[in-house]
Amino acid sequence: MRLGIAEALRKAIHGEMANDENVFCIGEDIGIPGGYGGAFTVTLGLEKDFRERIIDTPISEIGIFGAACGAALMGMRPIADVQYGDFLLCAMDQVVDQIAKLRYMSGGKLKMPVVMRAPVGVTGRGAQHAQCLEPYFMSCPGIKIVAPATAYDAMGLLRSAVRDDDPVLMFEHKLLYGSKGIRAESGTVDASSEIPEEDYTVPIGKGIVRREGEDVTIIASLLMMHFSLQAAEMLEGEGISCEVIDPRTLWPLDLDLILQSVRKTGRVMIVEESPKQGGVGAEIGVQVCEHIPDYLLAPVTRVAAPNTPAPFSPALEKLYVPQPERIADRVRAMMEEY
Amino acid sequence: MKHNEMMKSLGKEALEGMLRRMLEIRQFEEKIRFLFLEGKMPGTVHQYIGMEACAVGVCTALEEDDVIASTHRPHGHAIARGISMDSIMGELYGKTTGCCGGKGGSMHVGDLSKGMLPAIAIVGGNLPIVMGMGLAFKIRKEPRVAVSFFGDGASNEGAFHEALNMASVYGVPALFVCENNRYGASTSVKRVMRIEHVADRAAAYGMRGDRADGMDVLDVYAHAREAVSLARKGEGPTLLELETFRLCGHSRRDPNNYMTQEEKEHWQKRDPIPFFEKLLREGKYMTEKEIADLKEAVELSVVQAIESGQQSPEPDPEVLFEGLYVNMEVPR
Repeated sequence: MRLGIAEALRKAIHGEMANDENVFCIGEDIGIPGGYGGAFTVTLGLEKDFRERIIDTPISEIGIFGAACGAALMGMRPIADVQYGDFLLCAMDQVVDQIAKLRYMSGGKLKMPVVMRAPVGVTGRGAQHAQCLEPYFMSCPGIKIVAPATAYDAMGLLRSAVRDDDPVLMFEHKLLYGSKGIRAESGTVDASSEIPEEDYTVPIGKGIVRREGEDVTIIASLLMMHFSLQAAEMLEGEGISCEVIDPRTLWPLDLDLILQSVRKTGRVMIVEESPKQGGVGAEIGVQVCEHIPDYLLAPVTRVAAPNTPAPFSPALEKLYVPQPERIADRVRAMMEEY
Repeated sequence: MKHNEMMKSLGKEALEGMLRRMLEIRQFEEKIRFLFLEGKMPGTVHQYIGMEACAVGVCTALEEDDVIASTHRPHGHAIARGISMDSIMGELYGKTTGCCGGKGGSMHVGDLSKGMLPAIAIVGGNLPIVMGMGLAFKIRKEPRVAVSFFGDGASNEGAFHEALNMASVYGVPALFVCENNRYGASTSVKRVMRIEHVADRAAAYGMRGDRADGMDVLDVYAHAREAVSLARKGEGPTLLELETFRLCGHSRRDPNNYMTQEEKEHWQKRDPIPFFEKLLREGKYMTEKEIADLKEAVELSVVQAIESGQQSPEPDPEVLFEGLYVNMEVPR
C-alpha cells in the first residue's frame, strides 16, 4: 500500500489508539465533523472511531500542552499537535519548563510520555507560519526530536514516539504531507512510501543513508533531505559522488552513522531550512569537528536560510529556502577548493 | 458556617491532625528562615507563614488518590499533603534523601506517589497541568480530583485563562484554589487588578466561583469539601478564592517594607493558628496542655528533620546525568 505522510500518520495514530486506550489526541480542529482533521488532514475522520479520545480544543496552545503534560503524568499517552510549528512558541513554558523538565526535577520518578506534533517549513505564508524550530528544541534537554522525511519513517517514528516513555517532538514538513483536497499544498514534494502491513517501527535515534557516495557527506532532514537528493542527482553526472544522510532523529543524533560517513568522504555539509545562526548545522558540524578533526579534508560547510525571518514574496522565499541548485553549487565549490 | 457543627463532624482526631499540620508548617518555616539568614542552607525559599489554614483546610478535604499541584511557595502544601518533613528538608538541602533526590530544591518539592506533583515554580504554570490531570480522570472515568494551588498573581497569567476555560468546557474534576495573599512579590493586588475578588473571574468561564476565609481552616475545609464533592460527582470544576496573607516576606531576605504597618497588624491579629487553637479549646477538643504538648512534639520533629537534612549524603556526581530520559543515556 502506497501512502503519503498525512495518511501514514493517520493510520499509525489510529493503530496506536486502537491498541492502547491511554492514547488520545488533543489539538485545534482535529476532530470536528465536517472539518478537515487538523491543519493538514492528519487526524481526518479519527473522531468517528474514537470520539472520546479526539479532544478538540479552544485556540489555547498553553492549554493543549498543559493538558498533555497533566494527562501524561496520570499515565495517559497524549498526542498533542499544533496547526503550525510556530504556535509552539505560545506554549513554550509548558513544553520546555514542564514537559521537558518534570522527570528530571522529580529525581527521575515521573514519566512524561507525550508526543508533540508540529508542522514546519517555509511555504508561502510569511514569517509566522514558516519557522523550522528544530534548533530551539535541540537546545532543550529532556525532549527527543524526530523529523520524518518519508511516509515509511513517519509511520514508524510515530509508533515509536507513542510507545516511548519520554516526550517526543515530531517535526513534519508541510510540503511533504501529501495532504489532499482543500488542504493540498502547492510545491508539494512526493514523500510517499510503500507501507508494509506489519506493525513495524523506526527506532528513535537511528539515522539512515539515503544515498551512498564517496566525495561529500550531506546531512539533511525533511524537505532539505529531498532537495539534497536532487542535488546529488545533478552532481552525479559531473562526477561528484554525494552521500546523503537523513538523521531522522535530531536528538539524540545518530552520531555514529554521521562519523562513519565523514571518515569515508572527508567532507561534510549540513543543509537546513532554518536560519544559520545557532542552527542544526552548528551542532552537527561542531560534533564532527570535536570527534574526528583529522578526517576532514575541507572545513565543515553549512547551507541554511539567511539569518532573517522568512519573507513572503515568492521571489524572496525562493532565495531564502536552500534550493537543490544552491546545494549543488556549494558542493561544487567545496570540491574545487578542497 | 458554624464552627461547632464543623468541629463535631470532623471529630477530635481529625481536628488534632489539622492543628498538627498547621503547627508543622509554621515551625518548619520559622526554623528554616533562621537557617537561611545564618547562611546554613543553600538556594532560596518562599515561605508560607500565615497561610497554613489554606493548605491544611483544602488537603483535609481530599482523598488519598487525589492529586495536588503547587507553586514556588510549596512547603506548606507538601506538609499538608503528608509528605514527610525529613524528605522535604532533604530536598531543601539538595540531598539524596530529598523527595526529588535533591534535583528539585525548595521550589519543586513534591512526590506524586503521595498525591503531590513536584511543585511548579513558574507562576500559573501548574493550572494547565491540573486541567490535564482532571481531563485524564474524566476520560478514564476515575473518581479522582486534581487540585491547583496558585496565588493572586497567577490569575493574571494567560495560562490561568486557558486552563480555566478548558477545564470548564470539558467539565473536568478539578479545583482551582487561589490563595489571594494580597501581594505578588512586592506588588499589591490592587495595582494589577480592577476587580475585588479573583473568584469573580470564574463567571467569565461559566465556572462555579466561591470564596472562603483563608485564615480560618474550618471555613477553608467546608468550602473545599463542597467543591471537591461536586467535582467528584461530575459537576465540574470550581475556582475557590481563599482570602489570606503572608505573615512573612516574599522570599528569604524580603523585609516586606511595601506593606503598611496597619495592614501587617491587622493580619497578624488574624493569625490562623491561635484562632484555631482557641476554637479547639473552647469546643473542648483540646486542652491548653494538649496543645502545648503537641507544639513540643512538632518542634522536636522539625529539629530532627533539620538534622536529618544536614547529615544526609550529597548526591553522587553521576546522579547529574541520571533521571532525564527513561530509556536512554544523556548524550555527552
